[in-house]
Amino acid sequence: MTSTNSPEKKEHNMPAFAAAWPICLGYIAVGTAFGILAGQAGLALYQIALMSCIVFAGSAQFIAVSMISSGASIASIIITTFMVNLRHLLMSSSLSLHVQGENKLLLSLFSYGVTDESFAVNLGKFLGGGWNIKDALVLNQTANATWIASTIIGGYAGAFIPSGAFGIDYALTAMFLCLLVFQLRGIMIVLISAIAGTLSVALSLIVPGNLHVILSSIIAATIGVVVKSLYLRHKINRGDK
Amino acid sequence: MSSGEYLVCIIGMGLVTYIPRWLPLFYLTDKRLPLWLVEWLTFIPACILSALIFPSIIINPDTGTVDFMHPAFLAAIPTFLFALKTRSLGGTVIVGMSLYWLLQHFL
Repeated sequence: MTSTNSPEKKEHNMPAFAAAWPICLGYIAVGTAFGILAGQAGLALYQIALMSCIVFAGSAQFIAVSMISSGASIASIIITTFMVNLRHLLMSSSLSLHVQGENKLLLSLFSYGVTDESFAVNLGKFLGGGWNIKDALVLNQTANATWIASTIIGGYAGAFIPSGAFGIDYALTAMFLCLLVFQLRGIMIVLISAIAGTLSVALSLIVPGNLHVILSSIIAATIGVVVKSLYLRHKINRGDK
Repeated sequence: MSSGEYLVCIIGMGLVTYIPRWLPLFYLTDKRLPLWLVEWLTFIPACILSALIFPSIIINPDTGTVDFMHPAFLAAIPTFLFALKTRSLGGTVIVGMSLYWLLQHFL
């Protein structure tokens, strides 16, 4: 289990900034689009900025804006946000393996910045070694600052920025594809993640919000653990190692 | 929605977003986790990534149906192969964006 790496290399921050740029590129695209949309829905710039600071969650912010403009109640917006963002519970649990015994204040700050993107990049970095909670925190906050700034710029620039210029709205998908490649170690994980993806498509057609992400991940990971333990038992019974 | 109500709304949204992010990092980081849970959590990242990617490339956002012929899916295959071959995050992002942009224009 990797925890913090001790002080071998201290030329900090630069690697974290470097690791953050694909996230930032995606956030500039998505954040600007959000700002434009929120502006059109009648939110003031300070309201856009506040939401990006306090909530910091892309898809939930989009959904909230569309619910606000359709006159939804505060309670229903908050409940939807909760369901859409519950997947971070899994991501933080997964990250917790790599920041064992860290300072609780740092961990509390770090949790604020756990998003789909920062989770995936930080996890890859933790697995690769030479990465600690401070690097992870710098990465999170760089992404966070980019997100907040982009949403404000979007709200400000409004219709002047063409949406989807240069395929920039595909940046995050491409990044996720590469991060998935990094995760695919061994046939077992390939199969389980294919199950997760297929289930997610099927569930997305029937369950509301982003629940399909968390449901399909839980089901597929559980299948993975069960199959792996059955397989190990089978091997032990056959007498080989 | 008045600006007061808006403030209540985003503070509520902020809380229900922060708590699931914070709980595991606060409570699981000084406990010895059972082996099955560690195993389970090591499967989670690949599962989440697939669960995020698959619907976004397979389901056509305009029609809400499964569609293997739209740019997001067609661009994903060479992008994935590029990532597999080069393992370069930045390169994959650039290649993915360019392919998607081209496909959008020529399809």
